[in-house]
Amino acid sequence: MKTMRAVALVFLAAVLAASMAANWIAPASYARQFRDQPDAAPSAQHLLGTDDLGRDRFSRLLYGTRISLLLAPAAALMSTVLAGAIGGAAGFAGGWIEVCVMAGTDLFLSLPWLFLLITVRACLPLNVSPVVSVAITFVLLGCLGWAAAARVVCADVRSFRNSDFVLLARASGAGGARLLMRHLVPNLAPVLAAQFWISIPVFILTEANLGILGLGVAEPLPSWGSLLRELESFSGYSAQPWLFAPLLLLVLTVSSFQIVLHNEEVAG
Amino acid sequence: MTSGGSADKPGMADLALSLAGGEPRPARAVVRKLARHLARILVVVLLGGFLGATLVRVAPGYGVDSEELDSRLSAESLRAARRAAAPQEGLFPFYLHFCERLLHGDLGESRLLHMPVRQLVAERFPETAKSVGLGLALAWTAGLGLATAAVMTAGGVDLLAGLLASVLVCIPAAVLALLFIMVQAPARLAIGLILFPKVFQFARNLLADAAARPHVLAARARGAAGVGVFLRHVLPVAGPQLLALGGISVSMAFAAAIPVEALCDLPGIGQLAWQAAMGRDLALLVDLTMIVTLLTLLANSAADLAGLGRP
Amino acid sequence: MKRWILCLGLIFATVSTRCAGAQPGSELRFCIPSDPRTWNPLLVEDDASETIRYLTGGVLVRLNRQTQQLEPELATAWKVSRAGNAISFTLRRNVRFSDGSAFTARDVAYTIAQLMDPALHSPTGDAFRAAPGKVITRIADPYQITILFPAPVVGLAKLFDQVAILSATSPEHERAVLGPYQLADYRGGSFVLLRRNPNYWKHDSAGRPLPYIQSVRLDIEQNRDIELLRLLRGEIDLIGSLSPESYDRLSAKAPGMAVDAGVSLDSEQMWFNQAPSAPIAEYKKAWFRSTNFRRAVSESIHRDDIIRIVFHGHARPAVSWISPANRAWFDSKLAPHAFDRSEALRLLAHDGFTLVNGVLHDRAGHAVEFSLVTNAGNTPRERMAAMIQQDLAAIGIRVHVVTLDFSSLIERITRSLNYEACLLGLVNDDLDPNAQMNVWLSSGENHQWNPGEKKPATAWEAEIDRLMRAQAASLDAKKRKQDVDRVQEIVWKQEPFIYLVDKDALMAVSPNLHNVSPVALRPQVYWNIDWLWLSNSGSRRP
Repeated sequence: MKTMRAVALVFLAAVLAASMAANWIAPASYARQFRDQPDAAPSAQHLLGTDDLGRDRFSRLLYGTRISLLLAPAAALMSTVLAGAIGGAAGFAGGWIEVCVMAGTDLFLSLPWLFLLITVRACLPLNVSPVVSVAITFVLLGCLGWAAAARVVCADVRSFRNSDFVLLARASGAGGARLLMRHLVPNLAPVLAAQFWISIPVFILTEANLGILGLGVAEPLPSWGSLLRELESFSGYSAQPWLFAPLLLLVLTVSSFQIVLHNEEVAG
Repeated sequence: MTSGGSADKPGMADLALSLAGGEPRPARAVVRKLARHLARILVVVLLGGFLGATLVRVAPGYGVDSEELDSRLSAESLRAARRAAAPQEGLFPFYLHFCERLLHGDLGESRLLHMPVRQLVAERFPETAKSVGLGLALAWTAGLGLATAAVMTAGGVDLLAGLLASVLVCIPAAVLALLFIMVQAPARLAIGLILFPKVFQFARNLLADAAARPHVLAARARGAAGVGVFLRHVLPVAGPQLLALGGISVSMAFAAAIPVEALCDLPGIGQLAWQAAMGRDLALLVDLTMIVTLLTLLANSAADLAGLGRP
Repeated sequence: MKRWILCLGLIFATVSTRCAGAQPGSELRFCIPSDPRTWNPLLVEDDASETIRYLTGGVLVRLNRQTQQLEPELATAWKVSRAGNAISFTLRRNVRFSDGSAFTARDVAYTIAQLMDPALHSPTGDAFRAAPGKVITRIADPYQITILFPAPVVGLAKLFDQVAILSATSPEHERAVLGPYQLADYRGGSFVLLRRNPNYWKHDSAGRPLPYIQSVRLDIEQNRDIELLRLLRGEIDLIGSLSPESYDRLSAKAPGMAVDAGVSLDSEQMWFNQAPSAPIAEYKKAWFRSTNFRRAVSESIHRDDIIRIVFHGHARPAVSWISPANRAWFDSKLAPHAFDRSEALRLLAHDGFTLVNGVLHDRAGHAVEFSLVTNAGNTPRERMAAMIQQDLAAIGIRVHVVTLDFSSLIERITRSLNYEACLLGLVNDDLDPNAQMNVWLSSGENHQWNPGEKKPATAWEAEIDRLMRAQAASLDAKKRKQDVDRVQEIVWKQEPFIYLVDKDALMAVSPNLHNVSPVALRPQVYWNIDWLWLSNSGSRRP
C-alpha cells in the first residue's frame, strides 16, 4: 500500500508540476487556432491532435489541468471550512439548534441551486475575464457544497460531545471554548481532512458537468469540464480514441487522490 | 471511523426502538414524536417551495419566452405573451395562492406544457421510479456484494473494488449515460453505476466497522466459519444502518436521475425538471422542489430513525 | 467478480435486444425535439406543434415546398380581389373531417373567426393583421366563401398555407382534422402517435387512398447524437435537420442516407446593441453606431473559415437578410462581404481608431473590447464565437465570449438590453418579406439592434421604414420586389445585422423511405407526406 501511495503522490505531483509549467511545456497557446488542421489526429506537432477549431489538445489539457487542479482544492477548502463551522456548531450545541440546522441542511440539499449559478453569472459584468468567471464558479461551488459534509461533521461532533473523554473534561471544569479548541477540533481534523480530499474530485466533476451544460468556463479558456464536452458527440469515439485523454487524466488523478485518501484513513 | 450511533441521540433512539418494538414505550409518546417529526417535514417542505420560487423568480430569464422572437407577433400579442409568461402577482401572494391551491390538491398548471402539474407528475413518476428502481437494484447488488467480499476476504478484493469505485466516481454522470447509449444499453442503468461507489463505500465501512466488534473477533477466535460469522454477527449489527443507507440511496438515486434523464431523453421527472428549469416554469419548479425536499427529508429522517445519523 | 460481470453482461444483453427493436409495420418514425406546446393549430409556435399541424391539419391551399408555388387543397380555386383585401375560395365537395362531420364554408368561417379573435393572440392570425378592424366572412353557399380584411394583405393567399381548418360543429374540437393523419396517442416526454385519417379526401391516380403510410410515430428526443444513432440502427426513418458533423459522420457510414438540399432560409448573424437606453458605456455605443466600425468588424470575420470549420462546408457566406433559397425575393445583385483586414483597418482609421501595440484604441484612448453573448449549448454558435474572437484579435479588438442559457439571453436582448453584441441565428419559415416587418420597422419590438424606436434613429432606418411600408401596401409584385431589393442593399451597406452564413438544409433519409424529394424549406423531408411509402414494412407499393 505504501508503494501505491508513493506512486499516486508522484503522479499527482507530476500532473501538478506539468500543469504549472504549461507556459514552457505546451507546444502552443491554448487559444491558438490552427485553422488548416481542425480535428487533426495526434502527430509530432500535436501530441493529442487538435480540436474542432484546430487548437492543440495537449496544450489545452495542460492549461485546463492547471485551472481545475488549482481551483477545485480552493473550493474544497472553502466548503470544508463551512461544513466544519456549521456542522460543528450544530453538533456541539445539540438540542433544537441541531434540529434546526440539520433541517436547514436538508432544505439546502433540495433547492434548485442551478438558478443561483445562473443569477450570479447574469449579475457579473459581461466583460469579466474567463479566469475570474471560472474562479467565481468555483467559489459558488465551494459555498454550495458544504451541506452533505456538514451532516457528517455534525454526527461526529455529536458522538464526541457525548464521549467519555469530553465528559471527563467537562467534569474537570473545562469551558466551551477550551473543549472546542483542545478536544473537539483536534479530533475532527481527520474527518475534515477526509472531507477536503473527497470534495476535490466532486468539485472537479461538478465543474465538468457545468461545462457540459454550457455553464462552465468561457471561451477560449480550457478546463477539464470544457475538454470533456468533446465527449458529447459520442458517434466519433471509435474514430478518435484520443478524445478520452482528458477523461483518462481525470480518472487517474481522482484515483490517485482516492489512494492517498484511503491511506490517510488507514493511517488515521 | 465509527458510525455516528443512535445511542448518541436518545430521542431518536427511543423512537427507533419503539417502532422496532425493541423496548416498550407509551404509544402516545411515539405518536407525539411522529407528529413532531411530520410537522417539521411539512414546515421544511413549505419553506423549500417558497425558497425555490424565490430563486426562480429572481433568476434572469424568468417571465420571458422564446416566442418573443417570433417576428409574426403583433405588438399586442407580444404584450399578451409577456403578461402570460410573467404574472404580475408578487412573490408572497403567489406563494399564498399556491399553498391554498395545494390544500385542495391542485398543483397548478405548467406554463410550458399547458398541462396540470399533477397530471405531468403522475405521468412521469412511473418512468423515474423504474429508473430509480433499476439503478438501486444494480447499485445495491454490486455495492453490497463487493463490500461483503471486501470485508470477508483478503485485501485484494477491497483494493480492486475500491479502485473500481474510484474510476466510476470520476466519470461525469453525463458521460457515463452517453457511454451507455453508445453500447446500446439502457441509459437508466447509468444511475446504478453513479450510485455504486457511494453504496459500496458506505456499506464497506459499515460492515468493516461491524466486523471489528469484539464479539465478532471473539467468535472468529473460537473458530466460527466466515459466512456463519457474517450472517449471525456482522449483518445483524450493520443491518439497521444498511437499512437507513437504503433510504438515503433512494434520495441519491432521484438526484442522479435528473441529469441522466435530461441527457438521454427519458420521459421521467428528471427530464421534466430540466425542461422546467430551462423554461422557467414556476409552478412546475416549485412543485418539483417540494417533491425533492420531501424525498430528501424522508430519506434523511429514515436514516436518523435507523440511527445512521450521516448521509 | 466474474459472476458479477456475467450478471451485468446478461442484463445488458437482455435489455439491448429489446431496445434494438425491429422496424414496425408501415409506420414512419422520426423525432421531434420537445413535447408539442399546443394542440391548437391556430396557436402553433414551436417546431413540434408545427410538425403535428403539418401532418394533421387540412389547409385550403398548400405551398409546394419544391416549386414554391401554391397548390389547391381543400379549396379547388381561389381569387384575391384587386384591392388585395378580400379572398374568395371555392371549396372541395364531399370532404369529411376525421370524425365524420362534413366540411363546408361554415367551418372556414368558424376557423377565421377563431384565428382573428384578438384575445387568442395567434401568431398565424397576426400575419393577416395589416390594419385594425374586423374580418368579415361571407358565405355564398356551402362551398363558396369570401373573406374580407379591413386593409390589403400582401401575399394573402400564401398565408393560408399555415391555417389548418377547424370543425365548427365537431364535439372533438381540434381533434377533428382534415389532414392526412389524426392524433391517436400521446405520452408526455416520450412520443406522439398519429394514425391515418380514414376520411382523408386524397386518392392517387389508381384510386387508392392517401397517404400510403398508415401511421407516424414522433419520438420526443432532444439529443441529436442519440437521434443519429437511432437512425443508423434503423429505429427511425428520417432526420429533418442534421448538424454538419452528423452529416459528415453519416456520409462516411451510410452515404446514401445523408442529404444536402442546398442553402436554406436559416441564417446566422451578429449585431451590436445600439439602443440609447442600454446600460453600456456611451463610448461603446458610439462605436456600435458607426457604420465604419460595423463594416470593419464584418470584413475582419473570415466567413469562409467559419463555413469550412464550423459548418464543414455546408453553408454559404450570407449576403443580406434574404437567403438565396428564397428565389422570389433574394437580391442576386449583392455579393457577400469579402474578408479584407486591411480594408477593415482603413475603415477604422477613418473613424479615428488607431492600432497601438496590437490593441485597437478609439479617439479617446479607450481600448476596443466588447462582449459577445450567445446561447449556451449551441456548439456551432460557440465555435463561431471563438473564431470571431480570434479574427477580431487580429485587428486589435478583444472579444469576451459569454454563453448564457436561452431564457437569460432573451431577457437581455429584449428586456434589460444589458449586452454589447449578440450572436444568434434566425429561423425563417415564411418566404414573404412581409413576415419580417417587426424586424425591419424601426418601431418593431424585434428590431433587435435598437428595439421600439419612437422615431427612426438614422436616415437609413427611416428609408427602410418607408420602403417596407410601401411594399406592404403594394399589390404590384414588381414594385414590391424593387422595394425589398433596396432594403437588402441598405442592410448590406449599413450592416445593423452582420450576416455571417446561410446554412444548408442537411437531413437524413432511410433508404426504406421512398418518393422523398428533399427541399430546403420546412418540412424538408416529409413535405409530400401523402406520397411517401416505406419498403420492407408491409405498406403497399403504389
